[in-house]
Amino acid sequence: MKRMMLLGDEAIAQGALDAGLSGVYAYPGTPSTEITEYIQRSAEAKTRGVHSQWSANEKTAMESALGMSYAGKRAMACMKHVGLNVAADGFVNAGITGANGGLLVVSADDPSMHSSQNEQDSRYYGKFALIPTIEPSNQQEAYDAMFHGFEMSELHGTPVLVRITTRLAHSRAGVATQDKLGENTLRLPDNKRQFVLLPSIARKNYDTLLKKQVAFDEASQNSPFNAYFDGDDRSVGIIACGLAYNYLMENYPDGCPHPVLKVCQYPVPRLHVKKLFDECASILVLEEGAPFVEEQLRGLLDESGKIRGRMDGTVPRAGELNPNIVARSLGMEVHVGDSVPDATVPRPPELCKGCPHIDSYKALNEALLKYDEGRVFSDIGCYTLGALPPFNSINTCVDMGASITMAKGAADAGLVPAVAVIGDSTFTHSGITGLLDAVIENTPITVFILDNETTGMTGGQASHARGRLEDICAGLGVSKDHLLVLEPLARNHAASVEAIARELAHPGLSVVVQRRECIITAADTRKEKREEAQA
Amino acid sequence: MNRDIILAGVGGQGILTIAAVIGYSAVERGLFMKQSEVHGMSQRGGDVSSHMRISDREVHSDLIPEGKADLIIGIEPMEALRHTSFLKPDGWIIANKKPFVNVTNYPDFELVWKRVEEHSNSILIDGEKIARDVANAKAVNIVLLGAASTHVGLPVEDLENAIRVMFARKGDAIVDANLRAFAAGQKFAAEKEAVSA
Repeated sequence: MKRMMLLGDEAIAQGALDAGLSGVYAYPGTPSTEITEYIQRSAEAKTRGVHSQWSANEKTAMESALGMSYAGKRAMACMKHVGLNVAADGFVNAGITGANGGLLVVSADDPSMHSSQNEQDSRYYGKFALIPTIEPSNQQEAYDAMFHGFEMSELHGTPVLVRITTRLAHSRAGVATQDKLGENTLRLPDNKRQFVLLPSIARKNYDTLLKKQVAFDEASQNSPFNAYFDGDDRSVGIIACGLAYNYLMENYPDGCPHPVLKVCQYPVPRLHVKKLFDECASILVLEEGAPFVEEQLRGLLDESGKIRGRMDGTVPRAGELNPNIVARSLGMEVHVGDSVPDATVPRPPELCKGCPHIDSYKALNEALLKYDEGRVFSDIGCYTLGALPPFNSINTCVDMGASITMAKGAADAGLVPAVAVIGDSTFTHSGITGLLDAVIENTPITVFILDNETTGMTGGQASHARGRLEDICAGLGVSKDHLLVLEPLARNHAASVEAIARELAHPGLSVVVQRRECIITAADTRKEKREEAQA
Repeated sequence: MNRDIILAGVGGQGILTIAAVIGYSAVERGLFMKQSEVHGMSQRGGDVSSHMRISDREVHSDLIPEGKADLIIGIEPMEALRHTSFLKPDGWIIANKKPFVNVTNYPDFELVWKRVEEHSNSILIDGEKIARDVANAKAVNIVLLGAASTHVGLPVEDLENAIRVMFARKGDAIVDANLRAFAAGQKFAAEKEAVSA
């Protein structure tokens, strides 16, 4: 046993490696990115040949992990919560196929939307797919969840969802490691048609999955991640899920006087809940994210009148929890320090000095001056900051790839020209298929691919698009006459504006690649070269 | 023993380096520790902070409750003030003087400095000048750590040792520069606290 200081994300990575992982598949996304990066940096993973290359998107990641599980090895797919939407087809159907080698899907939720467009709660996905979910409450549990999760996955032949949230993903604490397990050998499923979801087989598999629910319930009831702590003061019984348990205990440093049910594995341990419900005068549900447990507990008719939580305003309906919110929900007085609102103003994120996107937006803005506003559809990445002053360039940001497809729909409606602004990595994630739609109809949109040759917002991960963009576009059928590459630099401004204006006026599809490396990764590359030269 | 510390600044100012120095020292002492960080979008020139919790008992929450922090170290003065609701009445603010202005409505500098200084336990320090004088301008975060060192709850020698370990990879010259920056910050704070006492 070793003690290591690990981020929650790193604890997951180390835990998976120690529990016999053969491959991680992922697309970068805050707050999940550091899981895969840790495995990419691990010398042991390199020696063992553990797969850790980035995938094109979460769907390809999910399916590759499922393929590794099919082959009998332990695999993990990691993503941010909205990435699970992208992976949902494979994810939900993996519930029906079941797993062969241990299969874990880690989804990192971002309540309060620190770096995301929504705060959806992945636990609903676990319930939707009818598979077990583990929600570790701390770094140690995150590490241990990998062993427990793989074991459960292989025992029941099911994928297991692991749900974490931002605060755990990006908080460091001491973690005690376990004895390492070896990797599985290649071993195909006994039933060679288990993964063939033809209706006749899928119906049987679905029936099997439904029957497994009893075992999943029992696993939750007996899970080392769930615990029932009795207390003398039964005026209220508390259900504390995941991180909420820590915030609860923070307010009771010498122990909680009320009965507490700690829930970190789902399905919700029903018998524990029943005991708490029967023995306590009221129930307070504390959970990070949506009122997932609370809603199930209340049911449609909510007849008990004794349940409190996010749905009745005892806890705010939206946003992440913290120790103060939990203290207030318990009726405790909270003494906060003085704020100084007259001397503090918000400091929103911004594009870095020298960022190529700045030059790209300046040129685009100028070329668009002669048109009405409201025709720029953008996407997810650093360039989304083009929505803020001084650029005010973009009008949409919805999901990965939606720039091209929304521009197409708007152009179909008569908004011509419509402009799509998408990054290189987002383009290979989910832009290619939308561009194919536009090629087929020669839709009059101008697609800007802001190619900074990296995945910038998440910290500069390798981009699948690097060196391939022109070939991909030409291969899809984009006309070479309307496939331009520009270099976003101040000295090229006038020429860029002119070229962009020409493509905006073109009555068909154009693709304009604005290519200049991200200044952060460019600086890092220079530094590495310098250090190599010195060594 | 327990200490709750908020480190505040703007993305890229070296908060996580200070956190690593304190964290290493705490772990070497066998203490419990939790340290939350900000990754992702906010790192792009936005405000960033880290909550560090050190204790001889198990630490539950990754976040410090409001009104419970012992110390705020701000590498930027407005960012130090952003977190005052977390501070205990007798907690300390150690803040760098130089504003980082990347918003058009940045408050009047004098007002920001005044708000820091009118807090009963506070030190406003020209970290850039001290860093330049004894090392280089990049060491401003370590100057601030030096100035705060007596309030961190760990022996100063432990912090110095952690600096040696953290910067070892970058060579002796960088280690020494950071130790000088640390000592200079410590000296400034000691003199300032002696005057106010």
